[in-house]
Amino acid sequence: MSVVETKVPAGFVPVYTRPKSLSDKRFTYCPGCHHGIITRLVAEAIDELGIQERTVGVAPVGCAVFLYEFFRCDFAQAAHGRACAVATGIKRANPDLIVFTYQGDGDLAAIGTAETIHAANRGENITVIFVNNQIYGMTGGEMAPTTLPGMRTVTTPEGRDVRTTGYPLRISEMLAQLDGPTYITRQAVFDVRHVQMARKAILKAFRNQLEGKGFSLVEVVAACPTNLRIPPAEGNRWVKEQALKYFPLGDLKVRD
Amino acid sequence: MKVLLRGNEAMAEAAIRAGCRCYFCYPITPQGELVEYMARHLPRHGGVFLQAESEVAAINMVYGAAAAGVRTMTSSSSPGISLKMEGISYLAGARLPAVIVNVMRAGPGLGNIAPAQGDYFQATKGGGHGDYRLIVLAPSTVQEAAELVMLAFDLSDRYRVPAMILADGMLGQMMEPVELPEPIPPGRIPPKPWALTGAKDRAPNVVSSFDLDPYRFREILRALWAVYREIERNEVRWEEYATEDAELVLVAYGTMGRICRTVVRRARKEGLRVGLFRPISLWPFPYAPLRRLAERVPVLLTVELSAGQMWEDVRLAVEGRAKTPFYGELGGVVPTPEEILSEVKKHVRG
Repeated sequence: MSVVETKVPAGFVPVYTRPKSLSDKRFTYCPGCHHGIITRLVAEAIDELGIQERTVGVAPVGCAVFLYEFFRCDFAQAAHGRACAVATGIKRANPDLIVFTYQGDGDLAAIGTAETIHAANRGENITVIFVNNQIYGMTGGEMAPTTLPGMRTVTTPEGRDVRTTGYPLRISEMLAQLDGPTYITRQAVFDVRHVQMARKAILKAFRNQLEGKGFSLVEVVAACPTNLRIPPAEGNRWVKEQALKYFPLGDLKVRD
Repeated sequence: MKVLLRGNEAMAEAAIRAGCRCYFCYPITPQGELVEYMARHLPRHGGVFLQAESEVAAINMVYGAAAAGVRTMTSSSSPGISLKMEGISYLAGARLPAVIVNVMRAGPGLGNIAPAQGDYFQATKGGGHGDYRLIVLAPSTVQEAAELVMLAFDLSDRYRVPAMILADGMLGQMMEPVELPEPIPPGRIPPKPWALTGAKDRAPNVVSSFDLDPYRFREILRALWAVYREIERNEVRWEEYATEDAELVLVAYGTMGRICRTVVRRARKEGLRVGLFRPISLWPFPYAPLRRLAERVPVLLTVELSAGQMWEDVRLAVEGRAKTPFYGELGGVVPTPEEILSEVKKHVRG
């Protein structure tokens, strides 16, 4: 895995630097993919709260599978969909640790639906970062539970037909119905304003855990230009004009 | 002082005494008493009892707790163990110590809740995906069940290989007087510098079974198999009973081994020279001692509560040096000593 080298030319002062809790490994995400922004926002939150030395991440199966390479934190690699169960085990074994999972929509909302719902329902004091890009990215662009109606994927070559494959699963709305969770919110990172809002939400989700408030989940509606077969620069517009029709932004549950 | 306990309860108490502090479960018969015992007692010892939403979740919680460096256990019965197999493969791949108790019932499918030994292949030959082994220990009495649970935690920590207790419904349910092993002092649990405790004053630790580079992954697996070879050298356990002059030796484990002990006593009363070879570690399997026995005993009769699973290992050990007939029962039917004795008499004369 290649390494990021930053050389500051003479006379320049760095004002935008790499978060301390990120390693110098170069991200493996594709051009235009929103994972890069979201991963960085998580690192910024860890830095801001000063919890790098007590944070344990749980890496998913999916495009963020190399997360443990990107962070300077202890990490567990979980089986597909099981991150919330693994995080439960870590947190229960050592409640002093700050434990977060970082999962995609196939991981969290298809194969890991049960683990997610029950961790939320128990009010596990963990932080969940949920990247919803409406597709299976790493395996080659198959239909996800969150794929939009009519959206073409390699397993819905004629577009998702809701009569045979169902509708986009709004799992955050489902979780918000439960008594267990503390904070459920849906954010996006398609422009600067939304990046700042997502940043605050992720920070709050970690702060909640520090304060022992319980289960927090930040869903981030994201773009996967590679598998959408669109130019990287079009990803932001895709989220804004297409994805948000089915995944409206905002807080779904806040318990203070 | 001896106490009267069910096998399930004795295994639970032994786990607590071994320093198990995180236990994750999902209800299933015939291991319910183990779950109940843990729910009552583990929290009093400062431990975590958590009933998960599924066997899949429970084993992944074990994965998390083991990664955090805590002694951890789950228990189930056959169909539930099938569900745990994904997580068990990940535990093995990530080199995490943990103890899994399987109180076997009859299968395949939903089968029934009567005692059986149909999960031998699953326990000893993989079960989950990939090139791995579990340490598999098979008790035949409630006393031995308690002792082997303690041993399982020690071996699992020492080698960083998950360990399974392969019991059955009979052993789980039966009550016997038990001399419980002394609780281990906390200092006896080896330090775990690889555990996820927060990367303070050290480089980050990663618990993972993932490596995209086949050549690098091959080296990881070679190192793992070197550990397995070490376990095969050091941790083979078995019991021999009345084999010195035997003309026929019964080969049986667990509950079947216990019943065969009775068969040996009855056969001896009738003047038949019959002995018992009882594997205690099913992996590593006692190939060498069984081979030595086959050099001098003409008939090794394998008896199992299955269609003949351990039998394959017996034949691998013996390699034609002796006759290796098989007698088994299916579906949760447990043969009586008389039925086995009449089978013995087909092969040996008084």
